[in-house]
Amino acid sequence: MEIPYTVKARPDTGLTNAKLGVWLFLASEVMLFGALFSSYILLRINAVEWPHHVLDVPLATVNTAVLISSSITMVMSWASLMMKDFKKYKLYMGTTILLGFVFLIIKFFEYSHHIETGEIPSKSTFFAIYFTMTGLHGLHVIGGMIVNGYFWGPGSKMWKTDPERFTNRIEVAGLYWHFVDLVWIFLFPVLYLL
Amino acid sequence: MELTHAEDIKKHVRVYISVFVALLALTIITVTISYLNLSVVPAIIVALIIASVKGSLVASYFMHLISEKKLIYAALILAAVFFLVLIFVPLLAMSDRIH
Amino acid sequence: MEGNHSHEHHLGFWRKYVFSQDHKVIGIQYGFTSLLFLLFGFTLMMVMRWQLAYPGQPIPLIGQWLGEDRAPQGIMLPEFYNQLGAMHGTIMVFLGIVPLAVGAFGNYVMPLQIGAPDMAFPKLNMMSYWVYFLGGVTMLSSFVMPGGAANSGWTSYPPLSDIATIGQTVWLIGMVFLITSSLLGSVNFIVTIVQLRAKGLTFMRLPFFVWAQFVTSFLLLLAFPPLEAAGVLQLMDRLAGSSFFLPSGLVVTGQPLNVSGGGSPLLWQHLFWFLAHPEVYVLILPAMGIVAEIIANNTRKPLWGYKSMVYAAIFLGFMSFIVWAHHMFMTGMGTIISTFFQTTTMIISIPSIIILTALFISLWGGSIRFTTPMLFALAFLPMFGIGGLTGLPLGLSATDIPLHDTYYVIGHFHYVVAPGTIFALFAGIYHWFPKLTGRKMNEVLGKIHFFGSLVCMNCIFMPMFIVGLAGVSRRLWDGGAQYAHAQPVLHWNAFMSMGAWTLGLFQLPFIFNLFWSIKKGKKAAENPWHATTLDWATPTPPPHGNFTTVPQVYRPPYEYSVPGHKTDFIPQNQPMEA
Repeated sequence: MEIPYTVKARPDTGLTNAKLGVWLFLASEVMLFGALFSSYILLRINAVEWPHHVLDVPLATVNTAVLISSSITMVMSWASLMMKDFKKYKLYMGTTILLGFVFLIIKFFEYSHHIETGEIPSKSTFFAIYFTMTGLHGLHVIGGMIVNGYFWGPGSKMWKTDPERFTNRIEVAGLYWHFVDLVWIFLFPVLYLL
Repeated sequence: MELTHAEDIKKHVRVYISVFVALLALTIITVTISYLNLSVVPAIIVALIIASVKGSLVASYFMHLISEKKLIYAALILAAVFFLVLIFVPLLAMSDRIH
Repeated sequence: MEGNHSHEHHLGFWRKYVFSQDHKVIGIQYGFTSLLFLLFGFTLMMVMRWQLAYPGQPIPLIGQWLGEDRAPQGIMLPEFYNQLGAMHGTIMVFLGIVPLAVGAFGNYVMPLQIGAPDMAFPKLNMMSYWVYFLGGVTMLSSFVMPGGAANSGWTSYPPLSDIATIGQTVWLIGMVFLITSSLLGSVNFIVTIVQLRAKGLTFMRLPFFVWAQFVTSFLLLLAFPPLEAAGVLQLMDRLAGSSFFLPSGLVVTGQPLNVSGGGSPLLWQHLFWFLAHPEVYVLILPAMGIVAEIIANNTRKPLWGYKSMVYAAIFLGFMSFIVWAHHMFMTGMGTIISTFFQTTTMIISIPSIIILTALFISLWGGSIRFTTPMLFALAFLPMFGIGGLTGLPLGLSATDIPLHDTYYVIGHFHYVVAPGTIFALFAGIYHWFPKLTGRKMNEVLGKIHFFGSLVCMNCIFMPMFIVGLAGVSRRLWDGGAQYAHAQPVLHWNAFMSMGAWTLGLFQLPFIFNLFWSIKKGKKAAENPWHATTLDWATPTPPPHGNFTTVPQVYRPPYEYSVPGHKTDFIPQNQPMEA
């Protein structure tokens, strides 16, 4: 028994199942992070005072560049498969995962510094929302890296047996990864610059 | 995306690289502006506009939204509407209070 | 990420019955699990109703076993009453009704009705069920935590929930699992309905049941995440010492709380109700879908106003996202924002009325078969009507003032959910039972179940309007016995409790019937109700892959009593005559 439209698009919708599925999932993620942004706004407006210049802007700027770079390497890994270049795919996907690690390591240093100086969620609602939003985002980064790692490693076997399906999977994984980048694009100015 | 020709992909790669450069540039711009210490409201507006431009670039080109199917747009517009409701309505509720 | 089966080979016991990827097996798993949770949640209520009827009296039979920290000498402690109340609501809504209405009925019936071989993502479907199961077990485990189960209402309002015992943390973790399960499921449902419809099955030829599940899935997809976010924030408050929901200067039992403060209890309420209002439409839409199928089938007529019903359901889904603060009229909101919410709330009653009216008019001139499923479906109409009408004074901010948080509210929502949704779910069980088992459930037992439940439910919930209008608050462990204004209506408590226990007794014929009929019920053919929709065009029970030949649809969903046709129904997949 075959489930139709897993590889080929359904003619009237123009979509594969996974493509529609991942966009719906991303829509729900918009609502998840939206709720957190809404909470941030409400908490900040109700706050008597709100800290400024307590986060490491240069470090986070580097992290922003890291994530943006990982986004282009991600889309290039998909493009490589579209051009039937598996070696290039491995290179780009590997770089994407590596950049993910760099992002997390930088975040680890940031977190350690704050924890050492007592700037923790119980100290103020600012640090509470900072840790919660970047923490949830970080969990999403880890999740993405696990998926990407699987597709770089054991999952890449599918390239030999069903290349079109594999390429679609990388496209779908890419959509998720770009979304994680997109969330950071808004998180960074809201938490660090404003 | 129903792309089968390497030529088409190469064109797209050029776009990806341009978007990448634009994203880095906009990042530098937004950080620089933050050091100007504008007052709260202009700072928020400028930062959000720049973030929205960056986000749109990622969505339109890296995520191929610019050439996506109608159904996807419909789902996303629905989410966008409810996202705006979630951002603005509690704010309005908090500001219109019985004193 | 999705499932794509190679051709079927022999599966072992575990992969066939336990970790199955077949939507029908998963639907049955959801069905049994949710019915068990419903029974458990109902039992909690039957215990609560003892305390309400006879406050301070030792609970018979089980009182002695509950332990010193719940019911010393068998007398219920207020803390335990609160646990029962919070868990009754949570279990009924999140572990009982939604998994039954969506997880069981949606999973089993929807792919059949659209002519699909299975769901779009069978592996994801399996995961949805097991994460739900995990969430349910987590929720229930809160009962054995020190300090007992969650006890801050199903609504978990801070600051109380922020400082409550460990059971609340377990509740939150359980909710995270349940929400995750729901999100995975809703993606699956939407993709399946959009992508896997059979050839010829356009959107406006879908059975109304499928439309109901489709809109419901969008509600689950977009409304649940803010509650997940809120749950994370509350977990942070409880475990990391943050103050998302704790205001500055909070004093607990005489001591100022040692937190940073600066938080907002209202933030929780906004995030919670942003989900919880669409949630009530999640509770009712699948039920309307089931009732619509059964009414069309048992009147031998097409549904009246199918198009209006579809547009009404879509409009209802959309509006449900912008009415939520009618649950917050008493939080100090000003007149402008209150007017906004009461206006949207009044507007949202229109699509409900359209759907209900269309269902009523569908009966006109019908050739009605008063079978058990039809009786439940018919009763749904006035019962939901009462529930809906009693919601109107709650939705207007001025009239809500004396009614908010009274028994009136409890009466209102129970009418919609109990003789409303649950009746529709019962109807669905009786209706689709022959498709799963090849046998019909016993009609005599069914009618006893029906009439008994109908009378008892009205005995329980109608007096609640009287008690609520007298001003008795909800969530009072003694049913209001300490209050002067409650004295004239206190006698209703014992009456309602009798109704509840009798209602429990009347579920016994149903439980017996369900299991007995699997083996001993009257044998039924593949389409014993002579229905038109594709779910009845499969073998009984449907095999893996559902349809022996790939279905094609030629007709609208309710071609009953078509003039000139020799039979009084034409299946959707029957080709047009040459």
